[in-house]
Formats: sequence, C-alpha cells, structure tokens
Amino acid sequence: MSIELRGVVKRIGAITHIKPTTLTLEAGRFNVLLGATGSGKTSLIKLMAGLDPVAEGTILMGGRDVTRLSPQKRNISLVHQFFVNYPHMTVFENIASPLRVAGMAKSEIEDRVREAAALLQLTPMLQRRPQELSGGQQQRTALARAIVKQSQAVFLDEPLANLDYKLREELRDQLPELFAGRGAVVVYATSEPEEALMLGGSTALMDDGRVVQFGPTAEIYRHPANLTAASVFSNPPINRAQIVKRGDEARLNADTAWTLTGAAAALADGPYTVAIRPNYVLPARTETATVPLNGRVLITEISGSDSSAHFSIGEENWVSLAHGVHSYEIGADHRFFMDPSKCFYFGPDGTLAA
Amino acid sequence: MKTVNQKAWFFVLPVLALVAFNALIPLMTVVNYSVQETFGDNLFFWQGLDWFEQLLRSDRFHAALGRQFLFTGMILAIEVPLGIAIALAMPRKGFWVPVFLVIMALPMLIPWNVIGAMWNIFTLPGIGLLGYLMNETLGIPYNMTQDPVAAWITVVVMDVWHWTSLVVLLCYAGLVSIPDAYYQAARIDGASSWKVFRYIQLPKMRTVLTIAILLRFMDSFNIYTEPFVLTGGGPGNSTTLLSIDLVKIALGQFDLGPAAAMSLIYFAITLLVSWLFYTLMTREQAK
Repeated sequence: MSIELRGVVKRIGAITHIKPTTLTLEAGRFNVLLGATGSGKTSLIKLMAGLDPVAEGTILMGGRDVTRLSPQKRNISLVHQFFVNYPHMTVFENIASPLRVAGMAKSEIEDRVREAAALLQLTPMLQRRPQELSGGQQQRTALARAIVKQSQAVFLDEPLANLDYKLREELRDQLPELFAGRGAVVVYATSEPEEALMLGGSTALMDDGRVVQFGPTAEIYRHPANLTAASVFSNPPINRAQIVKRGDEARLNADTAWTLTGAAAALADGPYTVAIRPNYVLPARTETATVPLNGRVLITEISGSDSSAHFSIGEENWVSLAHGVHSYEIGADHRFFMDPSKCFYFGPDGTLAA
Repeated sequence: MKTVNQKAWFFVLPVLALVAFNALIPLMTVVNYSVQETFGDNLFFWQGLDWFEQLLRSDRFHAALGRQFLFTGMILAIEVPLGIAIALAMPRKGFWVPVFLVIMALPMLIPWNVIGAMWNIFTLPGIGLLGYLMNETLGIPYNMTQDPVAAWITVVVMDVWHWTSLVVLLCYAGLVSIPDAYYQAARIDGASSWKVFRYIQLPKMRTVLTIAILLRFMDSFNIYTEPFVLTGGGPGNSTTLLSIDLVKIALGQFDLGPAAAMSLIYFAITLLVSWLFYTLMTREQAK
C-alpha cells in the first residue's frame, strides 16, 4: 500500500491552503507530518481522507486514483486531536460502528472488537460510555475504532496533543507496534520535533502549506535541506546568525571566529547563514563545545532536567539548552560555548551549503 | 472552640425577604383563601377542604383540565419535531445565520396580548387577511368565533407560530456546538444522514431539548393572554383553558375560595408533570 500525491493543491476561495505537493507515503513505517500550527498538516490529511476537495493534482492509493472518491469509499480511518466518539453508545458499540456500517456478520464484529479492545487495554470498559472514561481511555477507544476497521490508510492528527504527559508517552510507545504489520499507510501529524524523532520512520517537514523536506526522520534531522527545514525540525528554535567566510575562517563578529573543517572549508568565500541547534550551545567549555560566544543573559528556564538560556549577541538572540540545572544571572554577561562541528551553513538562497 | 460567624445570616436575609414577598406570602394567602368562604367586609368562614372536594368532582373543572392537556399535548407534538427540523435546516455559518436568527427571534419579542390581537384581526372573516383568503378566495368556511374546530386550530397555530422559535433556537445552539470532527468521523464511516441525526445530532441536542420541552410544557400549560385575547375562551366554552376558567371564577364570579383551591391544584399539576418530564428525560443520562 502507498499513498501518492501528485501536484496536489487545496484552495478555499482565493486562499491556497496547500501549495503544489508531490509526496509518496509508504506502508510499513510511520509517516510523520511535522510542522507548526497552521503549516498545513491537517489540511493535507483532510485531502488524503477525502474530507476536502482537491483543487488540482491527483491522489493515488495503492495505485488507484481516489482524487474524487468519497471518504467512505477510500477505506480509511482518522483519529483526531480531541476525542471523537459517539456519545451515547458504549465503548463496544463505538468500536463496532465502522464494521456495522460495513454490514459485517455479528460474530465477526464481536471477535474483532474484542481483539482491538484487548490490544488497547479497553476490555474492562467495553460496556461503559465515552463520557465515563478518562481522556486517555477515550482516545484509545478512538484508536481502537481506527484499527478494527483494517483500513488502507490511518490518519492520526495530533492524537496525543490533548493527553497529559504520562499518558502521552505510554500511548506513543504503543503506537508503532499497534500499526506494525497491518499493511496500512500510517500518517501521523505532530507539531513536536521530539515526537517525530521518537516515532522514527519518515518525516515530511511542513511550512506554509508546503512540504519543505521529506525523507527518513533521522536523516533529515541530521541534514536539513534548507533554513526552513532546519527551523521546523528544532525545538527550541534553531539559532541562526550571519557570518563571513574567508579562507578557513568563519567570522561571526569582532570577538568570535572559528576554523572551518571538512566540506565547510571548501566553500567559496563570502557571506553565509550559520545555524546551530540550542543543545550544541552550552554554558561552559567542553571537549567539543570550544567556540566562545559572549552574550548577555535575557531569560532562563528550567524544564525537567534541562536548563535553557536566551541570550543576546549584539542584535541577535540565541538559545542555549544544556542538561542539568544551571543558574544564570539575568542581565549579566556570560560566555557560552558552541560546537563548531554541529553548525549548518546555508547560502544566500537558504539552501544547505555544508 | 469553634468560632461561629453570625454575620453570614445578613447575606442570606435579602434573598429570604425577596422570596417571602414574591412567592411564599402570596402562596400562603392563596392557601388561606382556599380553606375559607369569603364575604365582603373581610368576613371569613372556615370551610376546610370543601372547595377542593367540590372542584375535583366538578365536570366544569374536568372539562377545562382535559382541554388544557389536549392543547399542551398538541403544541408539544407539533413544536418539538418542527423546531428540530427547522434547526437542522438552518445554515450553520455564513451571511444568512444572523438573518435567520433574527427572523426566528421576532415572534418571541412581540408582547403576548398583541399576538392575541394580531391573530384576532388576521382571522376575522371578511376583514382579516387569513379570514378573507379562506372564505372569499378559497371558499372554505372559516370563522373561529362560531366554529369550535376553527377556534382550536387558530389557537394551536398561533402558539406554534409564537413559540416554535424557542425550540428552534435552543436546538440550533446544541447543533452548532457539535465539532466538525464528529461529522467527519461519520463521513469516514459512511453513515447516512438519518444515522448522523440519530447517533450524533440527537444525543448532542439532548440537554437543550430537555430544557426546551420543559419550558414549552410549563408555558403552554399556564397559557392565558393569547387565547383570552383571541377567543375569550369561546365559542361557548370550547377554548376555555384552565387559566381562563380560573380567572372567570376568581374575577368574574368572585368565588375566591374555589378559585384559590383551583390555583393550588393547577400549581400542583404543573409541578408534578414538570418533575415527571425532567426525571424521565434525565434518567437515561444518569445511567
């Protein structure tokens, strides 16, 4: 199974929600759509699900043109960010509903529902109604409805966004194995880079109604194709600044310069944009973080076991993210250190140079 | 030792005073009248439960009560399904939403006696638009001042015209609060529009529908102004609903004792039926 988009465009009135998009999503792995709110993840999913009309282009599912097919005929499942279940039906009836509509035999429905419920630990709740369940159980009911159907494609639109932290981790760990070996194309939309990394598979980075980069998740994390892709796939936001390259030296300002090695050293001299993830900008010198950055601390935060600091170098704002609890004095000057081997260099047109 | 702050009573007193003045004292006055025979010069004679007994055995009361239940039953049977249907047909977004909402709200904004007067003129044979149309143009004899059936149809249609909007607006509020995701789920499942109504829209409207039915029951059961202005209870006694009969006894005949007893029974029935409705309709949810 695969879903193939060929030059697909979505328009509502004069506004283009999805710009021409060509993309092939395969079964057997997670296909993550990663992008900020409003970047077009949900719009793209609705196009693939057939909930919104395609303005231009074609959509193929398993080689069959489904562009004009109704959602029902595409044999798909969709799980939403908030928990959508039929309110006055029991969990059993909810899970069974797509099978009932399809007119399946009663005994087979019973078997399939019990199997899905067992997989999602819903067996004790089968006779209850959705309102009597916790958020996590409600979402598991919706997931059970999605897998019981054995559809060709399963769309998960930020399914964990409304769950609390603990449940989220639990369910996220279960998700890949739930869909493994079902032969369905699994599309998972999220706005969190960490989630994409944890789920693995392939990731399509989305920005402003476009897929800016698509490929194996780890691969595109390590090699963003352009500045936009690098920004989408970083949380906190990636640090970026203008440098001038001359010979094998990259100069940020009068205080800071470093020696380029490898592919970066071979670039033509001139201005570049350097980008580095916050976790390679540290509050103290280490073996790898060797380039000093003289900044002024603006804001600091401690979340979990990480400390982040926002600081300014001249007009530019930078972020440092380090393990452990570090204390900074707000407004004071502090010397941060970055790892020059983790820098990305982008040319004036925004594409990756080295 | 536990300290008790007696000042809290001062915050409860205004409410107590208000409720006493607008509910308890008038109600107790009615109770007082209902067990006595009243003459001029404030002469009272103890009657015990005589008035209640007399009333419960009176054919006149039974007839009025029957008419009342018939009226309420008819308007509920029409207004609830009609209100749901109109709410379903109304646009959910776009330019027409406020237009429809205002049109829907209009009948409810008109003073009740004006509604009675409007419909009275509207249906007059030979003068009123409807009366003229029926009699002169279509040739169907229609005169609600003489024909009991015509009078009933007019009273019921007037109430439907006046109050269906309430059901519409409440149901509409329930409908627009259903997130799009539910409809999407139904489309993916391939559910028919009847199933969407039965399994998504109706359950989601349930709470507002309970409120709508309760309000319509209480209001229609206590209706007075519009039919009084429209038909005055006639022709004969054919549209004399409970409240109209009550006013006739109390102010027309000045029988304060029987009128007070009737008020109390009337009140008890309204309370009982409302409670029954509410318990039946919320029992399912509580399960």
